[in-house]
Amino acid sequence: MKPARERIAGSVANFVDERTGAAKFLKKSLNKVFPDHWSFMLGEIALYSFIILLLSGTFLTFWYVPSQEELIYEGSYVPLKGVKMSAAYSSTLDISFDVRGGMLMRQIHHWAALLFLAAMVAHMMRVFFTGAFRKPREMNWILGVALITLGIVEGFLGYSLPDDLLSGTGIRIAQAILQAIPLIGTYAAFFAFGGEFPGLDFIPRIYTVHVLLLPGIMLGLITVHLMLVWYQKHTQYPGPGRTEKNVVGYPLLPVYMAKAGGFLFIVFGVTAFLGAVASINPIWVFGPYTPTQISAGSQPDWYMGWLDGLVRMAPPIETYFFGKTISWNILIPGLIVPGIMFTGLALWPFIEAWATGDKREHNLLDRPRNTPTRTAVGAMAITFTIVALINGGNDIIATHFSLTINQIMWATRISIFVLPPLAYVITKRICLALQRADRDLVLHGRETGRLVMLPHGEFVEIHEELSPQEAFTRTSHEQLAPIPVAAIDANGVRPKGVLKDRIRARISKGILQEQIAKPTAKEKLELGGGHH
Amino acid sequence: MRKLSRLRRRKITAPVLLFLALIVVGNAYAFIGATVTTSGATASNARSTMVDEGRQIFLRGCSSCHGLNAEGGGIAPALIGVGAASVDFQVGTGRMPLADMSQQAMRKTPVYNEEETAALAEYVATLAPGPAIPGAAQLTYERDGNTAEGGELFRTNCAMCHNAAGQGGALTQGKYAPTVMGVEAKYIYEAMITGPQAMPVFGEKAITPAEKLSMIKWIKAVESEKGLGGASLGKVGPVTEGLVAWVLGIGLLIGIAVWLTTKSR
Repeated sequence: MKPARERIAGSVANFVDERTGAAKFLKKSLNKVFPDHWSFMLGEIALYSFIILLLSGTFLTFWYVPSQEELIYEGSYVPLKGVKMSAAYSSTLDISFDVRGGMLMRQIHHWAALLFLAAMVAHMMRVFFTGAFRKPREMNWILGVALITLGIVEGFLGYSLPDDLLSGTGIRIAQAILQAIPLIGTYAAFFAFGGEFPGLDFIPRIYTVHVLLLPGIMLGLITVHLMLVWYQKHTQYPGPGRTEKNVVGYPLLPVYMAKAGGFLFIVFGVTAFLGAVASINPIWVFGPYTPTQISAGSQPDWYMGWLDGLVRMAPPIETYFFGKTISWNILIPGLIVPGIMFTGLALWPFIEAWATGDKREHNLLDRPRNTPTRTAVGAMAITFTIVALINGGNDIIATHFSLTINQIMWATRISIFVLPPLAYVITKRICLALQRADRDLVLHGRETGRLVMLPHGEFVEIHEELSPQEAFTRTSHEQLAPIPVAAIDANGVRPKGVLKDRIRARISKGILQEQIAKPTAKEKLELGGGHH
Repeated sequence: MRKLSRLRRRKITAPVLLFLALIVVGNAYAFIGATVTTSGATASNARSTMVDEGRQIFLRGCSSCHGLNAEGGGIAPALIGVGAASVDFQVGTGRMPLADMSQQAMRKTPVYNEEETAALAEYVATLAPGPAIPGAAQLTYERDGNTAEGGELFRTNCAMCHNAAGQGGALTQGKYAPTVMGVEAKYIYEAMITGPQAMPVFGEKAITPAEKLSMIKWIKAVESEKGLGGASLGKVGPVTEGLVAWVLGIGLLIGIAVWLTTKSR
C-alpha cells in the first residue's frame, strides 16, 4: 500500500489527465531539452522584468489618478504644500509619500522598466552577434524588434504619466516631433493632444495606452515569441556532439524549472534591491509641469537618450516653401534616422541572407569572430548609438567633467560620422586576427613557455596540443564562398538581371572574401606532432 | 523769432550749448558729491580707516586687473557702482581673485578673511552707490519665507539654468550655473541682487525681497531633505539612473546568469 499523500497526488493527477489528456503533453514538454549558456538567459531577464512591471504597475494603478484636473496639493511633502498641480502629479506624490510601500513600488516599477529595456537590448545583441536570427527564426527576430520598439514607447509613456516638470518636457518634445511630420504634422499633433499643447487630454489618453493597449499587445507578442522558441527549439553554440539536428542540454524538469524559477526571484530581488536603495525619477524635486518652466539638465531615460542626443546635435535647418515649414532639424534625427535604423534592424535577416546567398536553416550559432562583417556592422550600430547617447547627456557630462557643451556637441557631430566606420574596420580586423589565432592554436597548440634544449644544442618551446574537443569547436564552422558573378555567355549575351546580380556578387565578395582559411586535417597531418 | 531760429541753425551753436551744459552738470555734480563725502566722513572714523584698509588691499590684490581706481580694464570690468554686495559675494565665496583666466570664476576657498573682505566691500561701496550687503535683519527667511511659493518662483526664474533641484547646469562655451545647494543664504541673496557672471540681476521689482526670502527658504528645505527614496545618484536625473541600470542592474544579473550556468564540478 502506497502512502496516503502519493495516493492523493496520484488520483488528482489521474483526474486531470482523464479530462484533459495533459500527461502526454506534459511528459513531452517537461522533458524538452534546453542548451545551457549564460547568454541564453538575457531574454529571461527581460521576461521577468516584464512580469515585475505588470505586477508593480497594477499596484500603482490603485492610487494613480489619470487626470489633469487642477488641485492644491495638501499631502505630506512640505516643499510643495499649497502648490497648484494636476491630480496626476498629486496622486503620484501621494503614492511616493502617503501610500504604504508606494515609494518602493514606484521605484521598483521604474528600475524594472530600465532593466527590461536594457535586457531586451542585451538579448538582441546576443541574437544578432551569434546569428540566431537566421532561418527559420527571422519571424521571431521581427517580433523581438517590435517588442523593443513598443518597449521604448511604453517606457516613454510611463515616464510621462507623473506629469512632473521633467515628464512634461518630454511630452513637449514628443509633440514637436509629431509636428515635424511634413504636411500632416500639425493635424496629427492636434489630434493626439485634443487641441493646443498641453490641453487637458493627454494624461488620460497616455494612461489608457500605457496600462491597457501596449501591455496587452506586448503580452501577446511575448507569448508568440516564446511559443516560437518552444516550437523551433533553442539554438546552441557549436561544439562536439552538437549538430544542426539535435539540442544538447538539460531537460526542463527539473533543471530548467529550478534555474529559471530561481532566476525569476533573483531578478525580482535585484530590482527590489535597486528600488530600495537607489532613488529613481524623484518627481518631487522637479515640481509640477507648467509649459512656462524648464529645468537645466532635463533628460529622457537612457533608451530615449540616444534619440535626444541626435536631436541635440542636429544643426538648425528648416525650409519654407509653398507656405509649409519643414523642420529638418527635428524630422531627420527624430523620425528619419530612427526609422531607417529600426527598419534595417527588422530586415537584417533578409538582407544578410540575400547578400551571402545563405538561405539554409541554421540551428547552430556562429562564433562572432567567424562572421567578421556581421560583427563589424553590429559594432558600428552600437558605436553610433553610444555617440548619440553621449550627446544626449552633454549638459551633465559638461558640468561633471569640466567640458563645454559646445566641445561635446562638435565632438559628437564629427564622431557620429567618423567613429562608426572606424569601429567597423577595427572590429573586422579584430575578428580576422582572432580567426588567425584560432588557426595557429589548432595547428601548433598552446605555447607552454617551457624551453627545452635538444641534444644538438637547439632550443625549442614545447607546444601543448589542443584537445580534440577544443580543436573541433574552433574548426567546425563552415566558410562560405562569395557568390560568383554570372558570366556573359559565348554569344556575348548578358544574362537577365545582370546588374542586380553583379551588385549582389560584389557585396557578397566584400562580406565573404576576406577570411582566414580554417586549418584542414591534411595541414595538421603535414605539420606532424613533434615539429616544435 | 526769425533771428533766434537763424541763430539756432548756426554750426557753432550746438557745441557751445553742449559746453555750457557740461559746465552746469559738472559743477552741480561736484557740489553734491562733495556734500556726500563730507557727511560720510563725519559719520565714523572707524569706517574711514576701514575704507583706507580696503583701498590698500584693493591696490595690492585687485588693481592689476580692475585698474588703480577700479575703472576696469581689458580683462576685468569696472567696479564703480557694483556695490558692497557684489564684492562680498565674489570675494567671500572665493571666486575673486580669479585662479585662472578660464571661462568662469569658480567657488573656492576665499583668499581674504572676513575682515579683509568687509574692508574691500566698504572701499568699493564708496566709489559709487550700489547694492549693500544684506544683513541678518534682512535674511529672516525662516520667519518670513513661504516654501511652496519659493519653489514656484525658483522653478519659474532659476531652474532653466540652475536645474529644478538646484543642482546647477551647463551653459554655453564652458560657462555654467553652479549648484545652489550648500550656499549660505547671504550669498544666494547677493547673487540675485548683483547678478554675478552670466547670471541676470533680479531687482526688487522683478522679485520682491519677500519673494527672495521664500526662494531661499525653499532652497534650504530641499538642501536639508536627505535620502528620500534612497541614494540620490547625484540628483542629475536619468543619466546616472541609466548608468546604474546597465552597470549594476544588468551587470549583476549577467554575473548571476554566468553563475547559474557554470557546470558543477
